[in-house]
Amino acid sequence: MSLTIRPERRGFFFASVCLGFVLLATAACIADDRNPFAGDAKAAKAGEYEFRINCALCHGLGAHGGGRGPDLTRAHKKHAHSDAELFQVISNGIAGTVMPANGTNGQGVGMTDKEIWQIITYIRSVEVKAPVNPSGNAAHGRLLFYGEANCSLCHMAEGKGGRVGPELTSVGGSRTRDAIIDSVRNPSRRLAWGLTESTKEFPQEYETITAVTADGKEIKGVALNEDNFSVQIMDTSEEIHLLEKDKLRSFTKSRESLMPVYTAALLSDKDLDDIVAFLISVGAK
Amino acid sequence: MTELRSLRKTRRTRDARRDGEFSPRRKVPRLHERPWKSGASAPRPGARRIGFSPRGAQGLKAGFLSWVPNAALKGPLFHAGVPGRALTTLLLAVCFVIQTHAQVTFDRLLNSTKEPQNWLTYSGDYSGRRFSSLDQINTTTVHSLAAKWVYQTGATGKLETTPLVVDGILYATAQDDRAFALDTRTGRPIWMYQYPVPADIRPCCGHVNRGLAILGAKVFLGTLDAHVVALDAKTGSVVWNVTAADYRNGYSFTVAPLAVKNLVVIGVSGGEYGVRGFIDAYDAATGERKWRFYTVPAPGEPGHESWEGDSWKVGGAPAWNTGTYDAATNQIFWPTGNPAPSNRGAGRAGDNLYSNSLLALNADTGKLDWYFQFTKHDEHDWDATQVPVMLEAGGKHLIAQANRNGFFYVLDRATGKLVSANAYGKITWSDHKDSEGRPVAKAEASPTLEGHTVCPGALGTTNFMAPSFDPQTTLFYVTARDQCDIFSTAPQPYEAGHAYYGSAYFPSEEAEPYRGFLKAIDPATGEIKWKFEHTSPTWSGVLATAGGLVFTGDAEGNFVALDAASGKPLWHFQMGSAVYAAPMAFAVDGKEYVAIAAGSAIYAFALP
Repeated sequence: MSLTIRPERRGFFFASVCLGFVLLATAACIADDRNPFAGDAKAAKAGEYEFRINCALCHGLGAHGGGRGPDLTRAHKKHAHSDAELFQVISNGIAGTVMPANGTNGQGVGMTDKEIWQIITYIRSVEVKAPVNPSGNAAHGRLLFYGEANCSLCHMAEGKGGRVGPELTSVGGSRTRDAIIDSVRNPSRRLAWGLTESTKEFPQEYETITAVTADGKEIKGVALNEDNFSVQIMDTSEEIHLLEKDKLRSFTKSRESLMPVYTAALLSDKDLDDIVAFLISVGAK
Repeated sequence: MTELRSLRKTRRTRDARRDGEFSPRRKVPRLHERPWKSGASAPRPGARRIGFSPRGAQGLKAGFLSWVPNAALKGPLFHAGVPGRALTTLLLAVCFVIQTHAQVTFDRLLNSTKEPQNWLTYSGDYSGRRFSSLDQINTTTVHSLAAKWVYQTGATGKLETTPLVVDGILYATAQDDRAFALDTRTGRPIWMYQYPVPADIRPCCGHVNRGLAILGAKVFLGTLDAHVVALDAKTGSVVWNVTAADYRNGYSFTVAPLAVKNLVVIGVSGGEYGVRGFIDAYDAATGERKWRFYTVPAPGEPGHESWEGDSWKVGGAPAWNTGTYDAATNQIFWPTGNPAPSNRGAGRAGDNLYSNSLLALNADTGKLDWYFQFTKHDEHDWDATQVPVMLEAGGKHLIAQANRNGFFYVLDRATGKLVSANAYGKITWSDHKDSEGRPVAKAEASPTLEGHTVCPGALGTTNFMAPSFDPQTTLFYVTARDQCDIFSTAPQPYEAGHAYYGSAYFPSEEAEPYRGFLKAIDPATGEIKWKFEHTSPTWSGVLATAGGLVFTGDAEGNFVALDAASGKPLWHFQMGSAVYAAPMAFAVDGKEYVAIAAGSAIYAFALP
């Protein structure tokens, strides 16, 4: 991207002369920031295919969001509002999230500027213009989350809660409503990602580990990390256990989540809606 | 340069003085003062020795070797027996110095198995078996294997290089097209060369490089902007630099070239850009291109009829992994990759020759002797660019490949005829074989607009990770993964220099979690004799050694030694980064080393 002006490259000597150039360059940048294909249906179609190739892995085939990325058909986006901001986000990724910079996700060759603009055109074409009304009551959802629904026994949001399950402050901003509901109703269907190591292809998932030590002590918890020779576990009391597998009496790993299945009998659809509304309100901050 | 040389000279003198307490070194005259006794070991005129020890000690070793012919090679390192060990001790006591040959001749490459202390080609020898006959590190001693040195390249990303080792010097590359030479005993660099990679290259699948070829006194590097560069093996200076193709149209090199006779053979990358693939051979002395074989035939050439309309012009079929060479027939066996666009067959009706094939080319002319196409009219990105490994079994000359499409193929090397094809991983794309025994694709395996699940996924049952064949266990070891993907079409027009897939693929959430293995396949039957499951799929290659060991790396950062017969892990070391490279072995000063790249670094291990 050639949009950035780098004043540090300009000599001190030229400072006054450059002011004019900077103003000119800024004007040029504004021009470059505009989507050259805005509203172009053909570009949107090309963008749809580029989206499938580059984005659908996390954001779903129709940009409705997947297990890993937010629903991009929402008019309100957390990290980018204008086309220029979207361009930045697609080009550079979002620090602190799994959104990678263009060309660095290990899939394919990355997109050209033109292709990125086509994708933005496509995203705009599928946006639902009216903001989705949060169907639930966020205030009630907060009470449930920290109270009788017992979510905060294991999950933390805004600095309060437990540590055994994934931290949920940002989940409402990065996951679709459907994905959150699904993960409450079917927690084992798609285990959450834990630690992501920079050189490793797959992140650690919230697998359930049961280990029996040489002296017969059983430890059950979630895997913080694991390899063929060692495992790092947090048990339900939030104790961390660092274990060498060859010193264990037994080791079993399960993709059955430690999180209980919240059936409708346990948590009504309405209460779940309220909790989702709470998470979305927190995630939007 | 002159200053640098004088500095080196000063250091050498200083080090020699410091080491003066080792009297054998000090008393031996300099090279120019005393002729070499062993003609076979004497360096060519102008050869510069490496390391810090006085030259003369080499003469001492040469003399010693001539006194006990073959002892250094066949004794201590090949057999773990007591006499061998005694000899090792003796040798270690006498020989502190590395023996340097000046030139890596074609003859040495042909007979590389006779000098197992060196690793002269990407796969270790021309057969592609990535097997070391060193056995100092073996099932009994491996428990005390330890890291000897680590060299940080400074490059970031995926380090896929396999080092070469010649007479005590290690040559390798990093993903940003740098090349370097290290002292194998210490990991200290001797030279470093950084190729000026253009800022606007966009190679598929990241910036990577898998290593060098060596011939004469030069090493050869294929670059990300599709140049072939010859470097002086002693200094890293550029000897010649030729352009093979225009990188702006998506051509690049990531492969380790193969030196054959006087030629540097190299295959192009760019299957995701709609390139027209080729394999080139350059005169090692001058850089002049001696032949080019286009992997997509032009009008009038055999095989052209397998392409619809003008689709051949952007037909892909790259050749991005290193092939093998059979001196008996003077044939180069080189594998090819996917047709373009990689995941959409519409517009390129036909078999799309010679994509996803193994080619047998005459080494002198580049003319095609035979081909075998593994996946016809591919729509799943199943490049056949896995190292083809030459085997001898039952008096037959065979060539085997664990293919990305999930089948393990064995071919007759003389004719290219299929001997057997057996699945070695989870596959759903084929449910029957044709009259010649080739797996045939089901029509419903084609990608659709809505997308549907096919196994293996686009990354394949295996990929570029180098396999190994162990002549002792007669097993073929390969890194494998079980992963299914959803394949969906996404029509894309061709535009020069732009990505050209025609489809999207992504992991299927409905499928089983992805699993990674090291599998030991019996090539005679296709039977999987044992498998070792990794915590998650790995991109590491495999090395088997005469020590009864198989070495591999995992995605969790471990370097692991397993029992070659049973697959039982015997030793491991945590390197701190997922592995994308294959191990190799060498020896210096009577000590066997195993080396592998991980993270940004090269690690070398040896017994204490």
